[in-house]
Amino acid sequence: MTTMTIAKAINEGLRAALNNNPKSLLMGEDIGPLGGVYRVTDGLIAEFGPERVVDTPLAESGIIGTAIGLALRGYSPVCEIQFDGFVFPGFNQITTQLAKMHARSNGNLTVPVVIRIPYGGGIGSVEHHSESPEALFAHTAGLRIITPSNPHDAYWMIQQAVECQDPIIIFEPKRRYWLKGDVDVQAAGAAGDPFKAHVLREGSDATIVAYGPLVPVALAAANAAAEDGRSVEVIDLRSLSPIDFDTVTTSVEKTGRLIVAHEAPTFGGLGGEIAARISERAFLSLEAPVIRVGGFHMPYPVAKVEEDYLPDIDRILEALDRALAY
Amino acid sequence: MGATHLPSTEFDGTAIDDQLEADAEAAMGEPPAQMVQLLGPDGKLGTDPVYSEYAQKLDAAKLRGLYADMAAIRRFDVEATALQRQGQLALWVPLTGQEAAQIGSGRASQPQDYIFPTYREHGVALTRNVDLAELLRQFRGVSNGGWNPKDTNFHLYTLVLAAQTLHAVGYAMGIQRDQKLAATSDPARTEPAAAVIAYYGDGASSEGDVHESMVFASSFNAPVVFFCQNNHWAISVPSTVQTRIPLSNRAKGYGFPGVRVDGNDVIAVHAVTEWALDHARQGKGPVLIEAFTYRVGAHTTADDPTKYRQSAEEDSWRAKDPLTRLEKYLRAEGLADDSFFAKVKADGDELAAYVRRTTHDLETPDIRTAFANTYVEAHPLVAEELAWFEEYSAGFAGDESSEEADKEAGNR
Ligand SMILES: Cc1ncc(C[n+]2csc(CCOP(=O)(O)OP(=O)(O)O)c2C)c(N)n1
Repeated sequence: MTTMTIAKAINEGLRAALNNNPKSLLMGEDIGPLGGVYRVTDGLIAEFGPERVVDTPLAESGIIGTAIGLALRGYSPVCEIQFDGFVFPGFNQITTQLAKMHARSNGNLTVPVVIRIPYGGGIGSVEHHSESPEALFAHTAGLRIITPSNPHDAYWMIQQAVECQDPIIIFEPKRRYWLKGDVDVQAAGAAGDPFKAHVLREGSDATIVAYGPLVPVALAAANAAAEDGRSVEVIDLRSLSPIDFDTVTTSVEKTGRLIVAHEAPTFGGLGGEIAARISERAFLSLEAPVIRVGGFHMPYPVAKVEEDYLPDIDRILEALDRALAY
Repeated sequence: MGATHLPSTEFDGTAIDDQLEADAEAAMGEPPAQMVQLLGPDGKLGTDPVYSEYAQKLDAAKLRGLYADMAAIRRFDVEATALQRQGQLALWVPLTGQEAAQIGSGRASQPQDYIFPTYREHGVALTRNVDLAELLRQFRGVSNGGWNPKDTNFHLYTLVLAAQTLHAVGYAMGIQRDQKLAATSDPARTEPAAAVIAYYGDGASSEGDVHESMVFASSFNAPVVFFCQNNHWAISVPSTVQTRIPLSNRAKGYGFPGVRVDGNDVIAVHAVTEWALDHARQGKGPVLIEAFTYRVGAHTTADDPTKYRQSAEEDSWRAKDPLTRLEKYLRAEGLADDSFFAKVKADGDELAAYVRRTTHDLETPDIRTAFANTYVEAHPLVAEELAWFEEYSAGFAGDESSEEADKEAGNR
């Protein structure tokens, strides 16, 4: 067991992937000598050389599109998109090409491309540097989407993504890059199933589902609620496509109440999908409507007011109060 | 040195004006300047300091083969258009007029090369041994592909314009890496060097992906040949709306050679493409070929060219027909006689009959294959929806058998 930050865990995970899979390579803007704007690929070019850690031209469609071509030739490219708001020039390649290549070839072709996207706010940045566009990709069949919330998951999930034969987007919670935690880099089976949700805290009065950057917030809210005598279960979703509805259903059947929290705008977000599914699956267990806590229907606001935008402990507790009032 | 001594632009203004004028002339039916042409519309073979050497490799049998291919694909095109008219295909994308550009370039490729087409490259498909009946699967609506690209190194058609140009460059980067890996792991192993061709149109040349693919190809010196078929129209929009300079000139801005070739001259297209593929395979980097040609028919069977262009323009291009000019040459040189052309015609009719016959038999897939192919690995949502679908479908099983029983009862 070693302690490291999420950024370091991804760095170590990429190092392991590059060592384990000679056909894997990293591609992106500034990922070479600089180590990426968040230094996630720090030191890798020195170790693996510029053929395996490729500083690409500044072109997101180019990065994803050429990665598709490399994958068609048998390679496993891992693309870094510098910030969430800059994935859109590559959106066409991701949704019309990457997601559909296996299906449209009647299963003859596979494109095991991994796309890493630092996402979410809370770092006081300028526009286009704090967004949560995960629902736009989760809506596209053919893609898998995962998001680690802690260093152990970050270390393993990136390696599992490289080995997975389907295209995978990893949304990395950028405001948690410096969050430290234990990573079990050795134990057999330490990886677990990357598409399975984890129950982080058991409870009996209500369930909070969160993922990525909001997981620590959900845990803190549950702790605060415990002081008021509320027993709250917390689930880290980990995978956004597919979503592990079994784990959420089991929890709701026990607690009878569900709050879903994410940074992305509430309208059209994954919280709505989870609410709908759980209403279908566990309607008779629900004591209250599923309540969503998310961002507002506005472009991500300027940094000076982002605290008012981002769901925090109090917003989750308010939702919990509403659920418990039924 | 004062700033006045530095060029402010790579092109001087008059050169651009001259070129634009030349292009305007070209649109009026005059051949544009600086275009490689070996076999003229009169069927006479000219010379070229660079490409004649390549053209000389085409012996009589190969020339006859190029003619036979062009005739076959034109006949196929007519048949597919008829099938669409008869409701057997949802849509057809005709290639008539572009046979030389496609057969010439496709026949210049080697089996180890990999081809990324757009959606009109039926002639290239023929040269890569794709079963033309399978090629119709997409247009009949029974598949979004229809053949296994790994069998022929001919990729699936791509309907999002220009997306495949990036895939081509990435694939070429993969070839580069494979060569390095092979050299380090087993220096004795000799595999033929390979290259990639990316096909796209004059309209698609405006898409950002073409730009990005050329930047990547140039930066990484990828073994890729960009093959732009300038057929002068992007649905209803003329190529002058896409560009003010010959598209082949754009290569210069990316730092690799660009060649404009007479796209209706199968000998020149073959020669230029062979040269370009050699260039790429030898590690000298990308090449852009602009095949100057014309879409004689409609964009697709849903299009009406009378709304946007003059029949005089179509006629002027018919006079440059790629098949007619090669036929003139073959006959004049005594390389083919009436019996050859009669055989080509008979083979074409046989191909058409085969395609007609097999189109009707193209199997409609079970939607379960779509469930199976959305992901490579198991996926719970797909499994859940499939299970629902099975249960839902099973609910109708009884109805069907009772319907059939009713029918049988009625028949009796
Ligand atoms: C990204 C995209 N935009 C629009 C279209 C619709 N569309 C299909 S073909 C076409 C014109 C293409 O012209 P060109 O690239 O010159 O190729 P051609 O069809 O002439 O061979 C258009 C606009 C498309 N398929 N993809």
